[in-house]
Amino acid sequence: MKPTTDRKRKENEDWVACIARIRDAQDEAAFARLFGHFAPRVKAFLMRSGADATLAEECAQEVMATLWQKAHMFDPSRASAATWIFTIARNRKIDALRKQKRPEPEDLPWGNEPEPDQADVLALQEESDQLGDAIAALPEKQRVLIEKAYFSDLSHSEIADQTGLPLGTIKSRIRLALDRLRHAMK
Amino acid sequence: MTDIEIKHHLTDALLMAYSAGNLPEAFSLTVATHISMCDECRARLGAFDAMGGAMVERCETVDMSVGSLEATMQRIRAAGAPPATAPRRKNGLPQPLQDYIGGDLDAVKWRSVGMGVKQAILPTSRAATARLLFIPAGAAVPDHGHRGTELTLVLQGAFVDEVDRFGPGDIEVANEDLNHTPVADIGADCICLAATDAPLRFRGLIPRLAQPFLRI
Ligand SMILES: [Zn+2]
Repeated sequence: MKPTTDRKRKENEDWVACIARIRDAQDEAAFARLFGHFAPRVKAFLMRSGADATLAEECAQEVMATLWQKAHMFDPSRASAATWIFTIARNRKIDALRKQKRPEPEDLPWGNEPEPDQADVLALQEESDQLGDAIAALPEKQRVLIEKAYFSDLSHSEIADQTGLPLGTIKSRIRLALDRLRHAMK
Repeated sequence: MTDIEIKHHLTDALLMAYSAGNLPEAFSLTVATHISMCDECRARLGAFDAMGGAMVERCETVDMSVGSLEATMQRIRAAGAPPATAPRRKNGLPQPLQDYIGGDLDAVKWRSVGMGVKQAILPTSRAATARLLFIPAGAAVPDHGHRGTELTLVLQGAFVDEVDRFGPGDIEVANEDLNHTPVADIGADCICLAATDAPLRFRGLIPRLAQPFLRI
């Protein structure tokens, strides 16, 4: 494994632990660390999506406040901290910038199932990092298209079917986590 | 909803656009409803969200304003306890669809469009239209082509067209190359959720007259 991947995984383990401390102990120091890392990224993401600095600042604060409020809903066996924060920021973008609602799939039930298995959490983190590396290694043209899709507003018809994307293993990992959750519900 | 076997799934392009937040509301509703019925696409969406997470991680940074963290803590204190999550449906239509109908199938306000076919347009932004379609067993929706994209998700029953047979949970993604005549299975009435981002084009005269009623 490459050292950068090791470092990133360690980082994500820290973020997962910080979110757990917010959930369990309303830990403001843990929140401050998450804020320091993610708020400037969320702000940049919103500005690239078309928000001016004032709106992006306000929305980034709201995104981070939502992280605090929904800390109990974060499942690190299904998403990395960065992925979860991305989904919160994406929803805020649609609401504040696009002035639309975003219907969400009904969620699988939370709260009753046991804590996710630590091995699953680590495996998901590892595959999230590998995905990040794989995206970095994509041909320029494909990477630019992904950036445009996520940072501006490329429509679904402008996104040609992207079958060559390196999503296979992480999809299997998420599928596994979903299966476990389904099993625990029965 | 994992007990049904789904053959026809969302395309990567739709999942990526939904993950990125770039679909018109009517399409998002259809995608969210399919994912509520389909674990395969739920996992695929998870992978596209992970791609979004990787993009945010790779993103450059823009400094937050002075006092930003304290301002955020004040937001958190002012907001108090988070609202309880909504109770999940026990059965019937998937929750995102029920939210737009204001209840289950029995709450749908159907309007006849002739030949036994009924529709109900759902309240979404105008960039695209979402409608529920009721097609009596054995009846056909008029032959039509599309300028844009049409998504048709089967909720109940089944339909057959030039492409294949579509059963509960299956979604057909039709673009402008496809002219098709969906016919409901003879065995049961078919109820679909259909989303279009441009008016449909009908072939015959009578359907063209019906077009203002269908608002499609
Ligand atoms: Zn599917």
